Amino acid sequence: MTAAIKRPGWTRAALGTVLAAAFGFGLVIVLRAISGLDVFQTEQTGHPHIVVPLVTGPLGFLAGFGCFDYWLRWAAGMPTIPEDHSQHGATSWRDYFRFNTDHKVIGIQYIVTTFFFFFLGGLLAMLVRAELAQPGSQIVDPSTYNGLFSTHAVLMIFVFVIPVFAGIANYVLPLMIGAPDMAFPRLNALSFWMLPLAGLLFIGAFLAPGGAFDTGWTGYAPLSTGAPLGQSFFNLGVQFAGASSIATALNFLVTIITMRAPGMTFWRMPLLVWANLSTSLLVVAATPFIAGAQFMVLFDRAIGTQFFEFAGGGDVVSYQHIFWFYSHPAVYIMMLPGFGIISEVISTHARKPIFGYRLMALALIGIVVLSYSVWAHHMFVAGMFSWLRVPMMITTLLIAVPTGIKIFSWLGTLFYGKIHTYSTAMLFALAFIVTFTIGGISGVMLGMVPIDIHVSDTYFIVAHIHFVLFGGSVFTIFAGIYHWFPKMTGRMYDEKLGRVHFWGTLLGTWGTFIPMHWVGMDGMPRRVADYATQFGDWNLLISVFAFMLGAAQLVFLYNMVVSWRYGPRADANPWRANTIEWQVSSPPPIFNFDEIPRVVGGPYEFGVPGARHAIMGGEGAEVKKPEPTVVGST
Amino acid sequence: MTRRLPIAKMFAVTLVLTALISVVMVPIRWNGQGASTAAGPIDTLTDVMIVLSAFVFSLVMVMLFYALWKFKAKPGDESDGEPIHGNTRLEVAWTLIPTIIVLFGAGYSWAVLEDIEDPAENPLKVQVFSQQFAWSFGYPGKGEAFSEGELHVPLDRQVHFKMHALDVIHSFWVPEWRIKKDNVPGITTTAIVTPNKPGTYQLICTELCGFGHATMRAKVVVEPAAEFRKWVAGLKRKVPAPLMEAVVQDTEANPLPLGPGGA
Repeated sequence: MTAAIKRPGWTRAALGTVLAAAFGFGLVIVLRAISGLDVFQTEQTGHPHIVVPLVTGPLGFLAGFGCFDYWLRWAAGMPTIPEDHSQHGATSWRDYFRFNTDHKVIGIQYIVTTFFFFFLGGLLAMLVRAELAQPGSQIVDPSTYNGLFSTHAVLMIFVFVIPVFAGIANYVLPLMIGAPDMAFPRLNALSFWMLPLAGLLFIGAFLAPGGAFDTGWTGYAPLSTGAPLGQSFFNLGVQFAGASSIATALNFLVTIITMRAPGMTFWRMPLLVWANLSTSLLVVAATPFIAGAQFMVLFDRAIGTQFFEFAGGGDVVSYQHIFWFYSHPAVYIMMLPGFGIISEVISTHARKPIFGYRLMALALIGIVVLSYSVWAHHMFVAGMFSWLRVPMMITTLLIAVPTGIKIFSWLGTLFYGKIHTYSTAMLFALAFIVTFTIGGISGVMLGMVPIDIHVSDTYFIVAHIHFVLFGGSVFTIFAGIYHWFPKMTGRMYDEKLGRVHFWGTLLGTWGTFIPMHWVGMDGMPRRVADYATQFGDWNLLISVFAFMLGAAQLVFLYNMVVSWRYGPRADANPWRANTIEWQVSSPPPIFNFDEIPRVVGGPYEFGVPGARHAIMGGEGAEVKKPEPTVVGST
Repeated sequence: MTRRLPIAKMFAVTLVLTALISVVMVPIRWNGQGASTAAGPIDTLTDVMIVLSAFVFSLVMVMLFYALWKFKAKPGDESDGEPIHGNTRLEVAWTLIPTIIVLFGAGYSWAVLEDIEDPAENPLKVQVFSQQFAWSFGYPGKGEAFSEGELHVPLDRQVHFKMHALDVIHSFWVPEWRIKKDNVPGITTTAIVTPNKPGTYQLICTELCGFGHATMRAKVVVEPAAEFRKWVAGLKRKVPAPLMEAVVQDTEANPLPLGPGGA
């Protein structure tokens, strides 16, 4: 027993959680007693005896689990545990449930955890659609309804779309650039373990007195500053998800900048690497803003600051400025890694170099720069300075240009290629082009102030964000999962089931989200538990398609689980791709490479006679002088 | 080695597809009935955008399906495509042309915005008070006449709604007017509307404000000026003192330093 308590792991983590939570609880009680206050403050926004343990408990978990052991020993001058790699790699499923520093294990931990939250968030969406299938009240009261759609959005954004990309890149990116691991493996593991904590805080809000947070994922003040305790769970969950996100982004930046294999210049990096470089630049600079916004709300709620209380001199609209300064770049954080995935999939399955590779990379950087200058397009009717609307409209519309460049370049890649559509990954990539184009078009319309004034906060918005986040981001996630499934698991998935999943998802997405544009323009506001009877038929149709979309995801789940266990063995390179991760075995060896590969050309040199991307260790003897790579010209 | 693409044909198909989509989509009144002077320009902008969008969408579809039809690998074909890395002229084209299109869209939108927010000479000022989960209104006259849950405005006269939120953010939207504006605690915001069609409409709250958000509605009546004056004269109540405080502390009375309008 003592051994189990000393050793990092679940026992010590449980103990750490309880002790740290008890410490936080006791601290509040004692301090309040000394100050002569009521020991338990149970105003709905207060509850410090719950809020403080919500901070200390998760930290106690991380400490107990072993996330800080190495650093603490080092900082305390104690002998650090010799680098025996006992925390590296996985030989059984149990290794996925401990503090593990292998980027491949962490990648899979990320993907499985985030998909758990995806299915949970999807379940909430099904409940939302069940309620909305008919006008009037169906299954939940309005307050619960507000909690359902808020939690749906928060789970999908903070613990699915953003981190699942970190998971895919965690697995693939170090292999792709010829690195043995990420730059900071322990930080990487810490980043992952903060994520389930964030998710648990979001879900745990359902148990709080007053119910789950019900102010939307945007949590606008002052609705949020006066909301019941569940809102504090959201404020804190965002801190853990955000810290995880920032740490991972720093890790990616350092890894990409310093750990590329010899010969991999910036202009030889696969576009997935470019995409994650761009995304990480957004994350490190923007995420602190949402962390700050949520801390300010938490402080307004718990300790009486008045950042957003107009009666105390606070400014209500400033919450939205701070929030959107993160949350608009966040939509690119949720899209750029997907752009990277699509580039890999399309080039490989069209057997052609990416059309206009350099412009593709520059377009990513262009989006990064522009995305910091468009946030107030979420606030055209919010009562901000009216003069700010026109410049924000112009930058918003201009961001369509680099996005358009990407669409046209993918199409250009298809021309004169040899397009293979046997892979579900490629089907999702092609469908993504169509669906994302529609989402982009509605985005341009929303960017125009007069149109936005009419459709802002209606179902048109719901339609637009689901077209770009589901038809956009989630399609690219599916493409990425199918594409690298053989690499990650060493098994092939079932293409027939993949196709069922694909068509179900495609038709479900269109059937669900296209009519939402129409009812929104025609006068149906968003975030309502009830609506005018004239929208009844459309909403019933939307709900039917939504249930079909939900059912299609079960096919995906079944395919993944069964194929992982029983699928036929996968070759190292089933798609005949050029990038480095496909040149090692499936799954890759524990330290990725016996010898670091040398990069001698661009990543997509399909059809170029004699061209190679990388020379793997052990084949150095047969190296000829590489063909000069010509990029960006015919 | 590179076969020439039937660019003229592809472009023709794109135009035909654009025309087909436009013919179906433009006649539909997507935004519903219009009942203010803003509705016309906004609906026209929407229609222009539908045609432009139809063109972009058709272009992408034609390119995608042509490529899939023409360049699909035959079964068993393991060879690679042609090693084309790009085409500078094409890349410049699909950077510049969309830039011109969106800048045109921005300019057009700006013009429409100026048009629908152009203040008229002698507008009627109506105070709007929003709170969880009800609307109330104040009208100029002897003191400030007060009505709850029912808004009346005269036909064909510009109305400046001065909005005051008493608890959390609400948003003022009458779909037929096409105008929406948040009501923000602590500041006064303004919406400019010129109703031009008599009738009864609904005022909808469009900013999530709590459990009663979905049912936070008010009746809107647009009627000839004489009837409107009669209706206001018949109002018995005055705007209660706490609500008047918000009216007096009009934050727009002290114009914001950064520009005109301030809303």
